[in-house]
Amino acid sequence: MEALAAIARIAAEAGDAVADPAAAKNTAAAASAGYAYGLAAIGPGIGIGIIFGKAIESMARQPEAAGMVRTTMFLGVAFTEALALIGFVAFILLKFA
Amino acid sequence: MNPTSLLAFEFPPINMLLRWQDVAPTINKVVLIGIAAALIGMGIFLAAARKDPKVAPKGARNLAEVIIEFIEKQIIMQTMGPSGLAWTPFLLSIFIFIYLSNVPGVIPFIQMPATARMGIPAFMALMVWVVYNATGIKHQGPVGYFKSVLFPPGVPKALYILVTPIEIISTFIVRPFSLAVRLFANMLAGHLLLVIFALLSEALFQARDRILIPVGVLPFAVLLFLTGFEVLVAFLQAYIFTTLTAVYINMASHAEH
Repeated sequence: MEALAAIARIAAEAGDAVADPAAAKNTAAAASAGYAYGLAAIGPGIGIGIIFGKAIESMARQPEAAGMVRTTMFLGVAFTEALALIGFVAFILLKFA
Repeated sequence: MNPTSLLAFEFPPINMLLRWQDVAPTINKVVLIGIAAALIGMGIFLAAARKDPKVAPKGARNLAEVIIEFIEKQIIMQTMGPSGLAWTPFLLSIFIFIYLSNVPGVIPFIQMPATARMGIPAFMALMVWVVYNATGIKHQGPVGYFKSVLFPPGVPKALYILVTPIEIISTFIVRPFSLAVRLFANMLAGHLLLVIFALLSEALFQARDRILIPVGVLPFAVLLFLTGFEVLVAFLQAYIFTTLTAVYINMASHAEH
């Protein structure tokens, strides 16, 4: 996986620019922090798409159940979105701490 | 490469005029909003309690009855059934406090959801964790509760080596963590988006190159849309936190069949 090796190389070069070892680790983490959220957003993106697709399908099959379907859809979206946002929190932690 | 130098925006000096000053060394804007949310929530229901219960509800009583009916019908009856109606005051308090702490994210001149800092979500999740574990211990006895959580019935005995660690982590660690992080990260992400688009449209409207000024309409339109979306998210996150609390309490009170 040359892409992962490239990420490690960028982070290492960023760390080399700073002298003190603790600060070097922080700098290296901050340089590759963006990948955390990017990778974390793939799964929930697909998941939310599936949830909405199924909800639209079921609302089209049975319009009188649309209210209940809509409520359950929002509930399911919040669960899957939580996973993407945990990745966002990881990004914040790497970048600014 | 200093991490803080990678910030893509800087706050303009006019922002200092709108900054709230700290009342005391640790009581800043977020704490004031949390206190105001608690006081307003209490005020609504105290004012409603004074009204006469025998006439048709008006004013504060009407608002309080609408909120309580929402909690009872849409949250408790859907997740706990009629036996859960005793939990109405607890769930109502959680819902009102989290909702009134989320809403200031869209109110002009405040524009800070108090739940966008980890203090309030972490403590609410910790409190819910204590409540649902204590409910389980009270209803099933300490030994019975831990046995039903760690060794769920209906699993072949050989699989307990796999299932029990997963159940421990899922019930005692992942639930409060995900409750706290879901609420915190949703409100933080929404707040950051609003901040970024507001600063972007301000920077474009005040650009030195005159050609950029009309371009500022685009991020401004996105800002309007995001503000409307944040109103929905504020309510949705409070509803989801309360619904999950009800589900966890329900699962703890009734032994896993």
